[in-house]
Parts: sequence; structure tokens; C-alpha cells
Amino acid sequence: MNVSQNKSDLSQQTIWMLAVRDNRDRQAFAALFDHFAPRLKGFIMRSGTSSERAEEIVQDVMLTIWRKAATFDPHRAQVSGWIYQIARNRQIDILRKENRPLPEELKEEPGQEPDASQLLALQQEADKLKQALAKLSDEQREMIEKAYLGELTHQEISTQSGLPLGTIKSRIRLGLDRLRYELKDLQE
Amino acid sequence: MSKIVHHIPEDMLAAYAAGTLPHGFAVVVAAHVSLCPDCRAALEAHHAAGGVLLESAGSVSVSDRLKADLLSRLDEPFTPEPVYERCGAYPGPVVQALKGRAPRWKSLGMGVRQDILSNDAESSVRLLYIPGGQAVPDHSHHGLELTLVLQGSFHDETGRFGVGDLEIADDTLEHTPIADEGEPCICLAATDAPLRFRALVPRLLQPFFRI
Repeated sequence: MNVSQNKSDLSQQTIWMLAVRDNRDRQAFAALFDHFAPRLKGFIMRSGTSSERAEEIVQDVMLTIWRKAATFDPHRAQVSGWIYQIARNRQIDILRKENRPLPEELKEEPGQEPDASQLLALQQEADKLKQALAKLSDEQREMIEKAYLGELTHQEISTQSGLPLGTIKSRIRLGLDRLRYELKDLQE
Repeated sequence: MSKIVHHIPEDMLAAYAAGTLPHGFAVVVAAHVSLCPDCRAALEAHHAAGGVLLESAGSVSVSDRLKADLLSRLDEPFTPEPVYERCGAYPGPVVQALKGRAPRWKSLGMGVRQDILSNDAESSVRLLYIPGGQAVPDHSHHGLELTLVLQGSFHDETGRFGVGDLEIADDTLEHTPIADEGEPCICLAATDAPLRFRALVPRLLQPFFRI
């Protein structure tokens, strides 16, 4: 994997996650835990969950990350986005006591070479998205957080005129054009 | 497959990513995303946005034993979640909703058939089978209805819908979907309220058919 040549350009979280995925590296996993567990706990408690219950969910989410590490693809997702998705899935599965409907997994071509430039392009887009979100007004940011934390129903999201979903979409879609072509190749 | 032209609106994708869509709608969104690279990319954009918020969210310190507990559990045996593959016209999430079985069609008359996959207080989702050239009884909606074409195609007052296309109908739309001539049209349809049929007899039968 030619990622090693460009390791200095990758985010620390991506390096840890790849070490977990490829080498089942427990130290790297512990580092991921130190970084994400307190954030996950804060995220989960925002919706009124008790501290104790939130820790149970954090443990469940972290264990799922360890077990599903093989499905992490740095060409398609930042570690934080991948973990966000797992956390939402696990919270809903636990709440509903049944598996949430998920899209089919894409099948990678066997032996497909990782593309370091694609990897970095995605990371740069995520950084730009971060900057775009940082520029929102407090009110807009609050709304966006509520939407992604699952505190707004679909009806509320569709009627919230202050919700800059378009910003998110146009921001990340610029960078996702290439990704989209890659996905098409995989699906057709 | 002809190109998908009717997609999932952005607010609905965001709600799906956040997990706040009623179950029936979530099945339809997951099925559409399985067929549509554009919406998959858009969904992954929403995950990225959620990730950025997670990164910048306020941290709450975790108890000391949590990490030790977790690390001691890494080697525990576990059963991986089942993976549902596409089966003919049915995308993975539909196969999941069918629990791996073949559809059990029940007649609604005039060759139209349905199989109710789930029905809870918030939403219901079902498969519809409409012979080529056949119309679905004229109906309007209490709430929101999502219809995803899995096989064949249909048209109504608002346009034509082929495989992978999603029609979104709300209270204001009164429409008569008609399957195009040719192979039967199979759709995945979800509502957040019971359908209302305008013809008297179907309305009387509604409680029996649960539609």
C-alpha cells in the first residue's frame, strides 16, 4: 500500500484506523478510543441519555468499530464520518431492538490499488467542510447539530428554513464528484 | 437500467443519516441508495458532515474502567450481522425486510397484489405488484407516500418512473399510477398514514387489506 509514502499527509485518525484494519493494532485502537470515546459520550448525552447508559453505548460502538474495521475505506470516508454512521446505527438498533435497514455494501475489486491522491482529496474536502461549518451563525450551527444528532424529525428538517443542508451538499459534492464516478464503476 | 431521474430529497437523506426517518421510509431510502450512486455519494456527504460535528462536539470524560473493559472484550467471539444480498429485482434492504423469504402476494383485485413487509404505529412498507397496463385505484394520501420502482415502470399525472426512481406524494397529490405496458411493475411503497381510496368499495375493504 503506497499510503506509507504519504503517511505524513494523512490525518492521525486515518493512520490509527488503517493500523487497526490492516494489523489489528491494539495500541492504535486504544489511541482511537482516547480520541473518540469522550466525543461519542458527549454526542450521545446531548440527546438526554444518562452518563452510565451513554458509556454502554460508547463501548458498543467502539467494539463495533473493532469488529467492522475491515469495511473502513479511506477513499470513501473520513474516520469521523465512518464512526458517526456506526454510532447512529448502533443507537437505533439498540433503541428499536432490530437492525436498521442499511444500503447494500459496495464490493471493492479484489487487489484494487489504493489511490493516495484520492485519499488526500477526500481529506481536504472534509477539512473544507469543517471550515464551512465553522463559518455558520450560532443559530444555524445549533440547528445543524440538532439535525445530525437525531433531535429533529424529518418534518422538522424539511421545514427548517435556517438549515443550511444545501451548503453541506454543495461543499462536499464538489469533492465527491470523483468519488461518485468511482462508486458508479463499482456498481455497474 | 435506464438512468435514475427521481432521487431522494436532501432533507430526507439527512434525516435517514441521523436515523430519524420512520422505519418504513428508511427501508425505501436504503433500497434507493443501493441502486443509486448519486444518492449514495450524497448520503456519504451527510455522514462526513456528521463526522465533522462529532469531531468538534463537546467531550465528556469517560470513566477509567470503560477502556480496560473494552480492551478486555476485543477477543470475545461474536456473530457478525447478517448481510443481505440483492436477489433479482429486490435490493438488499428489501431482502432484509422480507427476512430472506420470497414475497407472499395477496390479491387486491384487478391483478394488483401486495405483500405488507412491516406496519407499525409510525409507518408501513409493502411491495406492490401491478400487471402491465393496469392502474392502481385512484387514491389520495393522509401523509407522505414514497414509491420506489424495482421492476418495470409506471406513469401518472406527474411523470414517468422507471427502475430506481422514487416518487414522493403528499396530501396534495391525488394521482392514478398506471403500470406501463410490458412486464409487471413491482414497487416498494411506504406511507406514514393509511391510504385513502376514493371508490366506495375499496374504502370499505381498507381495514381488511390494511391499505
